[in-house]
Amino acid sequence: MTPNKLGLNLAMLLAVGLPALAQVDLSGSWASKNHEDAMERGAGPNPVDWAGLPLNEFGRAKALAFSQSTISMPERICWFQTQWHIAAGPFNLKMWNETDPLTGKTIAWVVGGWETRAPMTIWMDGRPRPSKNAPHDQTGFTLGSWDGDVLTAVTTHMKTGYMRRNGAAMSDQATMTTHFIRHGSMLTVAAVLEDPVYLTEPYILTRSYTESPTLLDSAGPPCIPGDEGVEEGRVPHYLPGKNPFLDEMNKVYGIPQEAAMGGSQTMYPEFRDKIKDKVANPGKCKRNCGN
Amino acid sequence: MRHRISKGTLTQLLPFMVGLLMVQTGLYAQGAGGRQGGPPPTPKAAAPIDLTGYWVSVVTEDWRYRMVMPLAGDYQGVPMTPAARKVADTWDLEKEKASPDQCKSFGAPSLLRVPGRLHITWQDDQTLRMDTDAGKQTRVFHFGNWQAPAGPATLQGDSVAQWELPRPGDPRQPPPPPDPNAPPPTHGSLKVTTTHLKGGYLRKNGVPYSDNANLMEYYDLLREHNGDLWMVVTTVTTDPMYLREPFMVSTHFKKQPSDAGWNPTACSATW
Repeated sequence: MTPNKLGLNLAMLLAVGLPALAQVDLSGSWASKNHEDAMERGAGPNPVDWAGLPLNEFGRAKALAFSQSTISMPERICWFQTQWHIAAGPFNLKMWNETDPLTGKTIAWVVGGWETRAPMTIWMDGRPRPSKNAPHDQTGFTLGSWDGDVLTAVTTHMKTGYMRRNGAAMSDQATMTTHFIRHGSMLTVAAVLEDPVYLTEPYILTRSYTESPTLLDSAGPPCIPGDEGVEEGRVPHYLPGKNPFLDEMNKVYGIPQEAAMGGSQTMYPEFRDKIKDKVANPGKCKRNCGN
Repeated sequence: MRHRISKGTLTQLLPFMVGLLMVQTGLYAQGAGGRQGGPPPTPKAAAPIDLTGYWVSVVTEDWRYRMVMPLAGDYQGVPMTPAARKVADTWDLEKEKASPDQCKSFGAPSLLRVPGRLHITWQDDQTLRMDTDAGKQTRVFHFGNWQAPAGPATLQGDSVAQWELPRPGDPRQPPPPPDPNAPPPTHGSLKVTTTHLKGGYLRKNGVPYSDNANLMEYYDLLREHNGDLWMVVTTVTTDPMYLREPFMVSTHFKKQPSDAGWNPTACSATW
C-alpha cells in the first residue's frame, strides 16, 4: 500500500470512528405529551394555585397582586412568555441546528418559537455571555454545552415574565437551565429556574415529547398588542388582602390555603403530613375533568 | 496541486491516530470497562452513572393528583380509552377505604409519582434494587440474561435493566458491539423494561391500568451548577386496553446526603 493510500484509509477509518463525540441529533419536530399538568399547561392554572412552587414572600406578594386582566393591558399582552414557556406551556418543539457555512460544524441549536415566545438560540460556539448590564428581552441569551448525550442550555438576560400563568412571576435576574435528553424517538426536557428575587430554591419542571412525523413550523404567529377592553390609565391588580380567589383551591379541590400559597415546603413529601387533617374531599370533579 | 504524505510522517502519526481511534470508540461502546482477555465487567462495575443512595420526590408537577387525593372523575391528562373511563367512573372512595388491597396506586407504573423517598442499592453485581418509603415497595432491576420466574403477575412486575451509553450518530440505530478495551464510561442512562404487571391505578382516583400494561423507563442524572444532583425518570406506560396511546410522564428526584426523612409508611388507597 502506498503511503497516500494508507493515509487515506486511516483517514476514512478515523472518519467512521471519530464522529463528533456525544453530539446527538436533536433536530426535528417533537410532539409534546401533555400527560402531566395538562390543565395548567393548556387552558391555564387555577387562580391562586402556587402549590409546589418555591415562592418567597416577595414572589407570593407579587402573585397575590396579580389580576388576570393584567395581560389585557396593551403593554402587557405580550409580556407573559419568556423562554420558561418551553417548560410551562403546552406546545410542540421544533428544533434544528445552525451550522458554520465553511466548516459545517454546529454553531447553535435553535428551539423554534411560538406566538409569544421567541426562538431559543443555544449558542455552541463558546461566544462570551453579554455583560450583566446588557439589555434584557423575552428571548434572553443562551449558551449550550454537551454533557455526554445531554445538551444543557443556560439562559440569562430574560425580561420579567411568568413562572406559572396565574401571576407567579419570574424576575429579570432569573437563570434558566434547560437539559435536552434524547432516548431514541423520545425527548425529555428538564428545565430548572433559579430566581434570587422571587424563589427560595430552584424550581424544576420535566416534560416529555415524542418524535413527530408531522412537520412543525419554526415559529408561530407574532403576538400583536390590541385593545382587550382595559380602559386607558387602569392597571388591573389586587391590593394586599383583597385577592378574591384566596379560597379557590379549597372550594374546588379541598386543598387548604397554606398549600395553595406555595413555598418550598409544599414541594416535599413531608408537607402531606402537615395538611393531612386539613384537606377536605369535595367529592366529584365538576369542571376541567379531562377526557 | 497534490500534497503527498511522506512515509516517515505517516509512521510517526500512525500510533497517535490508532490510539485516538481506540479512545474515541471506547467512549460510546456498550459494556465498556472490561480488560483485554478477561471477563466482561459486571453491570455494577460497568455502571456509567451512580444511581445509588437516597432520593426525594420534588413535587412541582401534577400536584393535586399526587400530594392530595384527586377528585373523583378528574382524569385530566390521561389518554384513557372508553373502557378505562367506564372502570374509573365506578371508583368509590368509601369502597377503597374498606378494600383489603390498599396498594393499587403503588404499582410500578405509578409508584414514582407517589411523593416519598427512594433508596437505591446494588442487591448484587447483576441487580439494582429500589426501595420506597411510601408504600414500602421494592422494585428489582435485573441486568444480563435474567429470566423471570413463572408465577402470577405482581404489583412491581418483572424488570429487565440495561445501561445505555452515550454514542454518536442516529440514536435509533442499534449500539455498536462491545469493546473490551474501552475505558470506563462516565455518562449514560439506565433503561428498565417492566412486564408481567398486576393491574392497578395510575392515579388514586381509580384511573386504571390493566394486567396487559408494560412499562419502559429511562433514568438520567443531571448535575446543576449549584451542586444539586437530579434523577429524572421518563416513564412510558403502554396499555392497549385502558390507554389510547402510551402514557408518558417524567418525574424528578433530588439526591439526598443521608437517610434523613426516610419514613416507611404502609400503602394507603386514600392518602
